[in-house]
Amino acid sequence: MIAVVDYGRGNLFSLGQAIRHLGATYEVTADPDRILAAERVVLPGVGAFGDAMQALTKRRLVEPLREVAARGTPLLGICLGMQLFASRSEEFGLHEGLDLIPGTVKRLPEGGDRPDAVRIPNVGWRALRTAPEHPLLGDLPPRTMVYFVHSYAPVVDDPAHVAATIDVNGAEIAAVTNSCNILGYQFHPEKSGPAGLALLERFLALTSRCSVQAMVRR
Amino acid sequence: MPPIRVIARLDVKGPNVVKGIHLEGLRVVGKPDDFSRRYYAQGTDEIVYMDIVASLYGRNNILSVVEAAAHEVFVPLTVGGGIRTVDDIVAALRSGADKVAINTAAIARPEFLREAAKAFGSQCIVLSVEAKRREGGWWEALTDNGREKTGVNVLDWVVEAERLGAGEILVTSVDNEGTRKGFDLDLMEEVYRRVRIPVIACGGAGGPEDVADLLSRRRTDAVCCASVFHYDLCSVPQLKKNLKERGYEVRI
Repeated sequence: MIAVVDYGRGNLFSLGQAIRHLGATYEVTADPDRILAAERVVLPGVGAFGDAMQALTKRRLVEPLREVAARGTPLLGICLGMQLFASRSEEFGLHEGLDLIPGTVKRLPEGGDRPDAVRIPNVGWRALRTAPEHPLLGDLPPRTMVYFVHSYAPVVDDPAHVAATIDVNGAEIAAVTNSCNILGYQFHPEKSGPAGLALLERFLALTSRCSVQAMVRR
Repeated sequence: MPPIRVIARLDVKGPNVVKGIHLEGLRVVGKPDDFSRRYYAQGTDEIVYMDIVASLYGRNNILSVVEAAAHEVFVPLTVGGGIRTVDDIVAALRSGADKVAINTAAIARPEFLREAAKAFGSQCIVLSVEAKRREGGWWEALTDNGREKTGVNVLDWVVEAERLGAGEILVTSVDNEGTRKGFDLDLMEEVYRRVRIPVIACGGAGGPEDVADLLSRRRTDAVCCASVFHYDLCSVPQLKKNLKERGYEVRI
């Protein structure tokens, strides 16, 4: 069973349909026990970072989510959910995050008057760039395009935690973050057509690939 | 230039998809489920559903249409028509919509945009503008699917809407809508220059040339088409392939 964390944010309906489409079962829950008992956990979310952390705190979900991560349960963050894995965010003031993939969420760079400028919010389909040798996404078809809608993105401390990037106004922006069992998609796999469903399927196949030592280091 | 989004628009009236010219003289062209499925299979980047009678009669049957689509269509879905309150937005999102398009309610009370953006995030709030060209070189914003005049200047309104928190602007040229004679290039260029948020151009596409004309200068981030797809004058993949051959990036 996959637990989709419900903290009052995000289009959970579409995410649920996408999971079901892939033949998996899920429940939408805010119950810490159900989340801790789940085989996999998805943290969705749209909206503002500080507001979302407050909602998680109010529902007493911060520690359970950290425990899920520490136990090695596959954990997927989508969009804002992915950003919440960072240590902190600069969106509307400085806010602490779950600190599962160290880094800071910052505003995307503006393109100014460049003719090829990407407007912010960055809305639309962007091509993922991955290193061919990357164990998780190295075999992704070239120029796989997925749907983004965001104004902020994490700047990750350890480059090894970035599995794929997109270009936004000349800057390399983290599109997929990964540390062992923790996977972050800045894009919406449930809104990215067949390519998105395939990437969601990769999460369903994700296991904790970390050695115990790496887990301790994290 | 980032990839151009190609968006299919379904004007929904009761159980049917309809299409008119200048938002009038509506003809039934088919069932929403069939169109949703077809356009998703063909690779549309998004679908916009407009309930074109909701503002008039306060009906909201379009949510069942969106809910049906959300079971099998995995691209962003936008719902417009009759979105008047925060509760309307909640209901739309619960049905599987990702964004709502707001026109009439925002003109009646601009603060609604701010409230909506604060509650759901700007990414969720699309300002829908129905623009009618007027003597003297300006465009008037119409409401209620082109039925009501407002006296509001479109070019001032889009700036105000961005300030209030709209995340995207869907601009429909009432003059060109349904005519297949091309986009209102002046309108799109003027709107695009005035705001910093993404713009979706709608109204008048008759084929790839019209979209290419629009893109020959930076006037939009996305194109939204109805007739051209509904009547199969040019399919989604044909349009994308054509744009790609002209050097524009699209998702194929």
